[in-house]
Parts: sequence; C-alpha cells; structure tokens
Amino acid sequence: MNFKYRKMKLNVVKTLGVTMKIVKVEGKNNKHKVLVYALSTCAWCKLTKTFLKENNIEYEYVDVDLCNEEDKEKIKEDILNKGGSLSYPTIIIDDKILINGFRKDKLKEVLEI
Amino acid sequence: MITLEEVRQRAESDAKTYGYYLNPDPEFLNDLLEGLKRNEERYGYPLCPCRLGSGIFEFDRDIICPCDYRDPDVAEYGACYCALYVRKDLFEGKTPVLPVPERRPLEKQVRAYTAQAEKSREKPNEILTADSKTSKIKMKLWYCKQCGYVVFREDPPYICPICKAKKEMFAEIKIDIDVLG
Repeated sequence: MNFKYRKMKLNVVKTLGVTMKIVKVEGKNNKHKVLVYALSTCAWCKLTKTFLKENNIEYEYVDVDLCNEEDKEKIKEDILNKGGSLSYPTIIIDDKILINGFRKDKLKEVLEI
Repeated sequence: MITLEEVRQRAESDAKTYGYYLNPDPEFLNDLLEGLKRNEERYGYPLCPCRLGSGIFEFDRDIICPCDYRDPDVAEYGACYCALYVRKDLFEGKTPVLPVPERRPLEKQVRAYTAQAEKSREKPNEILTADSKTSKIKMKLWYCKQCGYVVFREDPPYICPICKAKKEMFAEIKIDIDVLG
C-alpha cells in the first residue's frame, strides 16, 4: 500500500490490554476528543482518517481487525453501549457523540469545521 | 500468493457478469482491492475489506466478496456496502456514492467478536477441528421454488443466483433418513 500517512507523526499513546493500539495523530484543532474505530483494510476508514488529517483535526484511531479478542469485545461493548451499529468507521466524539460511517456533513457539524 | 491484478480482474469479470461497475474513483478502488488481497492472504478467502471477520470460514461466508448483501444493496442504494460494486448511474457520477447502511444481521456481526474468544476459552492449547468450529451453525438444504436451485447453508441467499428470485421464494428441504433402510 502506498502509505500516505508516512509523514504523520504517529505515537502510540496508550496501550490497553495487551495489544490494543490507540494511535494518536497530531493536529492543530484539538477542540474535540476524536476516536476512530477503523479496519486496516477499509477504504471508507482511510477516507475518514484522510479527511480528519486534511482538516487538521487531532484524533486517535484503533484498527479493530488488528486487536486481540478481548479488546474487540471491549470495542463492541463501547459501540453498542453508545447506541451505534458495529460498522466501520465508527467515530466517537467527546466520548458521547457516535457517528457510524464516513458522513462528512455530520462530522463537519459536530467538529464545527 | 494472489496478486493485486488478479484481485482486480476477478472483480472486473464479476461486475461484468452481473451488469455492475467497479467504483469510479481509482484510488478508492485500489484501496478496496488491496484490502481484499490482504484479507485473502490472512484468512484464505477474500473477506469484505469493510467488515470485521472472525477468520472462521463458516461464520464469514456471507461476507466473502461478492457478499450476500451486494445485490440487494446495489438495487436499493446503487452500491454495495464497500462501494466496490456500483450501479451505472453512480459509475457515471450522476448519483453520488454515499455510505451504505449495514444490512447484515447483528447476530452474525457479533460472531466476529466472540468466535475466537470462545475458542481460546474452551480449548486453550488445542487446534479446533472443522466440526467444533461450525457446530453452532445449523446448515440446511434450501431450494428455489422458481427454478429448483438447491443450496446447503445456514440461510437461503437474498437473491437466487440462477433465476434472480427473491429470498422468499426459497423453502427448506426436510429429509428424513431411515437408517434401517
């Protein structure tokens, strides 16, 4: 894969459980806490990551398909508890607003961009 | 090992057969094909790149590309869940390509989260046999009342691959076997 993200500063900021890697992508706009549950193979997830990056939004992401089963279970519970469906990308803003799918208009509205 | 070109050719020929088109955005299309290739390498079958799989064939068979949900999704939304396959008007840019809601039932989705976990809890040091992996799935014989096509799987397909009849046209075949002959 031609890796568009190579210029990004990627830091693994925390490790929950054994392997759940939450990757932080720096951005000038850190007004909101943005977490993206993604799949490493998913083109819509890549669009979402690129969109956030292009808009200088600071965000964190987890590639769920690369997590262990315990972490997958936690992610499933998190999404379902917030009233979402188990589809990717799922974007969680400020720990309360959940957006299923790459919906630009919704993202723009919530992120005030 | 499968090449990206082979994945592309397979998708192209499948689109042609069904009268669909592949996503018109070359970069987006390339990402989807790369995802399919990656899944084929890690699971042994081209699992949908936009869905979480369990890695167990029987659990994932409805989301192996082209998935069970493609035909009804293209009919209703103009694109499959990934937007790999699209309708002509979306291919030509007359209709925008938007995210498609998930049609796969939740009870099937959750298997991807628990399958491996259960496996490791039950038998931590053993390799699971095909039987124990699939014992929770009830396979049945289904036939299409319109054309007679018969399929052995958990649910009937959304659309009959032979005559395009809807799911409702499928009925279960019940067989009684008398072992005494």
